[in-house]
Amino acid sequence: MTSEVENKPVFCTESAKELVKELRASFATGKTKSYEWRLTQLNAMVKMMEEKEPQIVAALHDDLSKPELESSIYEIAMLKNSCRLAVKNMKHWMMPEKAKTSLVTFPSSAEIVSEPLGVVLVISTWNYPFLLSLDPIVGAIAAGNAIVLKPSEIAPATSLLLARLVAEYLDSSCIKVVEGAVPETAALLEQKWDKILYTGNGRVARIVMAAAAKHLTPVVMELGGKCPVIVDSDINLQVATRRIIAGKWGCNNGQACISPDYIITMKDYAQKLIDSFKYELERFYGKNPLESKDLSRIVNSNHFARLSKLLDEDKVSSKIVHGGERDKENLKITPTILLDVPRDSLIMNEEIFGPLLPVFLVDKVEDSFDVINSGTKPLAAYLFTNKKKLKEKFVATVSAGGLVINDTTVHLAEPTLPFGGVGDSGMGAYHGKFSFDAFSHKKAVLYRGFACDAFVRYPPYTRGKLGLLRALFDGSILGIIRALLGWSKA
Amino acid sequence: MLSSMEKSIAELRETFKNGGTKSISWRKSQLKALLQLINQNEDSIFKALDQDLGKSPVESYRDEVGVLKKSVTYTLSCLEKWVAPKKAEVPLLFFPAKAEVMPQPLGVVLIFSSWNFPFTLALDPLIGAISAGNTVLLKPSDLAPACMSFLVETIPKYLDNKAVKVLAGGADIGERLLQLKWDKIFFTGSPRVGRLVMAAAAKHLTPVTLELGGKSPAIVDTLSTTPSKAKVTAKRIVGGKWGPCTGQACIAIDYVLVEEKLASTLIELLKKTIKRFYGENIKSLKNISRIVNKHQFQRLVNLLKDPNVADSIVYGGSVDEEKLVIEPTILLDPPLDSEIMSEEIFGPLLPIITLKNIEESIDFINSKSNPLVIYAFTEDDTFKKRILSETSSGTVTFNDSMVQYRYSI
Repeated sequence: MTSEVENKPVFCTESAKELVKELRASFATGKTKSYEWRLTQLNAMVKMMEEKEPQIVAALHDDLSKPELESSIYEIAMLKNSCRLAVKNMKHWMMPEKAKTSLVTFPSSAEIVSEPLGVVLVISTWNYPFLLSLDPIVGAIAAGNAIVLKPSEIAPATSLLLARLVAEYLDSSCIKVVEGAVPETAALLEQKWDKILYTGNGRVARIVMAAAAKHLTPVVMELGGKCPVIVDSDINLQVATRRIIAGKWGCNNGQACISPDYIITMKDYAQKLIDSFKYELERFYGKNPLESKDLSRIVNSNHFARLSKLLDEDKVSSKIVHGGERDKENLKITPTILLDVPRDSLIMNEEIFGPLLPVFLVDKVEDSFDVINSGTKPLAAYLFTNKKKLKEKFVATVSAGGLVINDTTVHLAEPTLPFGGVGDSGMGAYHGKFSFDAFSHKKAVLYRGFACDAFVRYPPYTRGKLGLLRALFDGSILGIIRALLGWSKA
Repeated sequence: MLSSMEKSIAELRETFKNGGTKSISWRKSQLKALLQLINQNEDSIFKALDQDLGKSPVESYRDEVGVLKKSVTYTLSCLEKWVAPKKAEVPLLFFPAKAEVMPQPLGVVLIFSSWNFPFTLALDPLIGAISAGNTVLLKPSDLAPACMSFLVETIPKYLDNKAVKVLAGGADIGERLLQLKWDKIFFTGSPRVGRLVMAAAAKHLTPVTLELGGKSPAIVDTLSTTPSKAKVTAKRIVGGKWGPCTGQACIAIDYVLVEEKLASTLIELLKKTIKRFYGENIKSLKNISRIVNKHQFQRLVNLLKDPNVADSIVYGGSVDEEKLVIEPTILLDPPLDSEIMSEEIFGPLLPIITLKNIEESIDFINSKSNPLVIYAFTEDDTFKKRILSETSSGTVTFNDSMVQYRYSI
């Protein structure tokens, strides 16, 4: 062990315990509940992005070779919008919502009050390490919580930058970053949190939820799955192809939870589709995509090996119809298309999370629904068609976190839509007001007065009271009168 | 047993997969059938509740039958609205796109219900699951055996057997059910079992709704107003403690917080009200449920065994082991570190904790874990606002008890 390693303080269970204790004390002061505090933090986040954009872009490039445009738009601009939306709407979101009351408890009034859950943990991931760390935090701040962020160690430059920027711009007594890997995450998970939002894979999600279960901590799980794209024949093929490419290779080179994972199309249409892909891919990334600056690299050698394994499987390697070139040293794989892969191949059963696009063939487009429903529920599903009935059947039959018709991935940018999965792709949702709600407790409040105390509730329990109770519950004024007069069934 | 359980669940999956539960007409037909079940079997329901818990028909109607009827009727009237997709705004960048949020059933749902409101806590979640278009396995509590048998026998006569199933059994059946994969689990019960349910759900990433409990306090600040308000306060406290299943309710008042100088006034009022509602002593006790079983009875009796706790009894305290009855009991300032003040009581024992100033109740409540409900009897608007913003609970009800449940529809 070198002295540099020994000098670095170890973040263990004790440290995690102290951290939570400190944040609970901060939360107890009521500081995070004030509108002013929340506003200050969100405005500071916007300022941070305005002042530090070059450093953020550089860190994302270090970690992922992410093209500047992707970093500026899909990470920074998205986050800025998220902050601005929260700043604009927060006052309204914080207001209690009136609730209707009925004859059963007349006279009374009721409301639903949003209150912060308390001290929350956000565990983030490596593919959009900036956005997926801070976007949940926007919601947690807007809802008035104290927060710990655990960024992913697989994107170390961004993790380090986040730790520095949060300390510099946000209130460190209430918002903290803990860097590290499995041991640090495990130490954090032993503590009691008031909510955990985890973004990542199903295997670790089970560990997070099991840890949360010990403390009855509610969770939001943003996971993944195999997001299918059904391509029908009577469409604007050029637009469809471009949108699929943008959603696949344009989103961190396929390493995104909502990237199109695989295509389903008809046997008769496949060649036309593939030709269109080849044409557009060359326009986007040139004849030599290994050298294109517009594609992220594969994040690390583990994932490179994983993706190589998918390509090298016997029944799959012969199905490559485009791309397939690899540069192990620079962690690059070119946009790769495979045609007519077997249903039971690895590439058709594991989430790909990379630049490989299998095309699965069916006889008719309606058969795609069974293919999709035979797998676990994905985070997103896409359909390109002009047929109204097919769109309706798709929406009614396919269960996924989100659906997009005639485009891919863009629903993520829509803050009025809840972003989250179902089944294996996750539970809970966030974005826009859904983020505020995810980190709030919706407290039911009922106001009663002392007048009109309903004697029917109290003992002694008589048949007359039973009759009157029936009438009250039925909401029937006539029934009440009859009961009072002793005419109704008891 | 295991294979017939798995067969049942496979059938539920098949029914869901075939789209049997998606149509609004199917959902409505099931809800109407449930309403018929309740309307046509009221007497049997009253009988089962009396057998399991000693509930009187008025209590059974007020807390179970009436609540359920209202829930079904309300759901039927709102169903089409709830099922319809909701439009969402789309930014200009994506013009002319349209967006909507569409509710979809989760699939096959497991409902565990509790023994204290064995009909409401089984059928109310069932109403939700059916109205959302799911298939359901309902596992009622075997600690209310007559009610469980009723549900097992009667539900198949009214509802779609391929989509709604009821399974009898105890903890071992519950454990086996938890090994399997569900699309949602709805659990009502204790926090201890809640943890087990969530841990089992974590293995399959199954989302859960856990309806648990806690120590729900009643803050009393209205004794020094008019005598009539003080009387109503006392009635609502007594009604909110011993009314629901003799205190065996998640939202029953667990303990009371009152200013020192008003403690004796409160105790006198409570005693008078208890005698009027339930009788003068344990021999003439009426209009009140009994303790569900020997195990719970013993647990409650043990809470009173601590000599310091026994010394603090100011009313009641008598028990009848054969009839499983414990008299409405009031304690004044039992030790704060005693079990009766740290565990959820879930029974007919009411500790009264005195404070120098009623505002201290906020810190007192915050020193314990978040309760399901905070009841606050006060007309001081500033104090109301402080309670709302400085405490955290499932619900807050001002100047009453229990009614927020009937409202929660």
